[in-house]
Amino acid sequence: MEIYYLWLRQIKRYTRSKSRMIGAVGQPILFLLALGYGIGSLYKRAGNGNYIEFLVPGIIIQTILFGAIFWGINIIWDKQFGFLKETLVAPVSRLRILMGSALGGSTTTLAQATMVFFLSMLLGFRPYNWLLVPLALIVAMLFTFAVTCFGAGLASRVNDFQGFQAINQFLIFPLFFLSGALFPIQGFPKALKIIASCNPVSYSVDAMRHLLINQGYFQLWKDLAVLGLMVVVMVWFGVSSFKKIET
Amino acid sequence: MSDSIIDVKNLTKIYGEHKVVKNISFSVARGEVFGFLGPNGAGKSTTIKMLTTLLKPTNGTIKLDGTNVIEEKNEARFSFGIVFQDPSLDDELTAYENMELHGVLYHLPKADRIKRSEELMKLVELWDRKDSLVKTFSGGMKRRLEIARGLLHHPKVLFLDEPTLGLDTQTRNLLWDYVEKLNKTEGMTIFFTTHYLEEAENVADRIAVIDDGKIIANGTVKQLLALTKTKDLESAYLRLTGKQIREEEVDPNEAFRSRVRSRRMR
Ligand SMILES: Nc1ncnc2c1ncn2[C@@H]1O[C@H](COP(=O)(O)OP(=O)(O)O)[C@@H](O)[C@H]1O
Ligand SMILES: [Mg+2]
Repeated sequence: MEIYYLWLRQIKRYTRSKSRMIGAVGQPILFLLALGYGIGSLYKRAGNGNYIEFLVPGIIIQTILFGAIFWGINIIWDKQFGFLKETLVAPVSRLRILMGSALGGSTTTLAQATMVFFLSMLLGFRPYNWLLVPLALIVAMLFTFAVTCFGAGLASRVNDFQGFQAINQFLIFPLFFLSGALFPIQGFPKALKIIASCNPVSYSVDAMRHLLINQGYFQLWKDLAVLGLMVVVMVWFGVSSFKKIET
Repeated sequence: MSDSIIDVKNLTKIYGEHKVVKNISFSVARGEVFGFLGPNGAGKSTTIKMLTTLLKPTNGTIKLDGTNVIEEKNEARFSFGIVFQDPSLDDELTAYENMELHGVLYHLPKADRIKRSEELMKLVELWDRKDSLVKTFSGGMKRRLEIARGLLHHPKVLFLDEPTLGLDTQTRNLLWDYVEKLNKTEGMTIFFTTHYLEEAENVADRIAVIDDGKIIANGTVKQLLALTKTKDLESAYLRLTGKQIREEEVDPNEAFRSRVRSRRMR
């Protein structure tokens, strides 16, 4: 019951802020257009096949990664502008507060990713097998929930937007660019290949690619194992950080 | 059950090296209106945060209506309502949605939640604005809504941390009228802080003065006047706390908040 209403609160806040919705979908679509049409022909000439097709799974992960991290700002906002205190003095465990909010954040983020998926179909993208799309959705859900919990954990630990921005720039951007979301890891120099293999985001990108376009760099079972591990670690990080908040 | 509803013993809070609340003890009687006065940075809000489970004391015990606040947080949480010094509404929700969420968080049965939300919102004269987003409200309206919300779950004690800060005289009077009404009709205990001494003089049954983390006086207005040989609470207060302005250390969060706020107001 509390979880449902805390979830609903996130949904209401989200649907009432149109600019946030448009921004969150607009950015990845812009990436898709700029890169897809900018590099697409080069990519094809190099004998790699259809670049848009390659790019879409990565762009979906991008939508989720930035959407879910950005959602963490909500927690900072609640902390700074007081609503968090209202929930923290209520007779509800912190775990429930976090779960309700994080499920809300995950839902809105996943909605954005779904929109990006359908918009990319307008640009000609087709999943190679529709039967695998529900599986891709499950991967996307797990990844979303993990990153949402990570964002909530970060937000619990930093106190201002600048701090959050810094983490975004020095941690999330590198994780994204070194994940093979935009360019195939096969083409990376050796050192970057090693980094990409240590980057958990790479595995979710790869899983999406396996399921949507039947391409991949790692094995699918490895992707799923890393994703599972990531969910566990991130939920633990989010919960333990959120429990420590004092206002 | 004892006749004191709040019982605080040897309460201490230390932030790093900084001793903010220093071994204070006091109690508040059931049904009493209790004023907690002191200069900026004296430790009033910190004390309230400890009484309301938001902060863990470094030392000491707190009993609220017989419940040990430090050990049995969740039980204690049902027994009080609070209006914080800083606003704590969700601006993006409507007034009614704020009430609804509060009722759910406090496990109020649905019928009771609906009925009491309406009653309280009528009491604070916000019923006709129930479907407006809180961000469209004035400071006074937000304060009134916070009070209504704090009362929704039938608390036995209501904490008010500077509830009238920044409000005009009319709104302030109105607000104290509600609070006194609740105190009389529901026998609710009120624990408040304020910088407006005439308010405290008018409404408080008893007053404690805290300065630099220590309680330096505690009694009825009459007792405080007799103690300091003064004619009004303001003189008594100044006699007790001295005239110099306090050097308040800047809380980085607060500095940040006010920066954002002033930017948003422009
Ligand atoms: N999180 C914190 N860390 C360190 N010092 C703090 C913190 N919060 C408050 N303080 C300090 O504790 C003192 C008491 O603050 P507070 O209880 O808010 O005073 P009051 O409400 O009486 O004005 C102040 O000097 C303040 O700077
Ligand atoms: Mg204060």
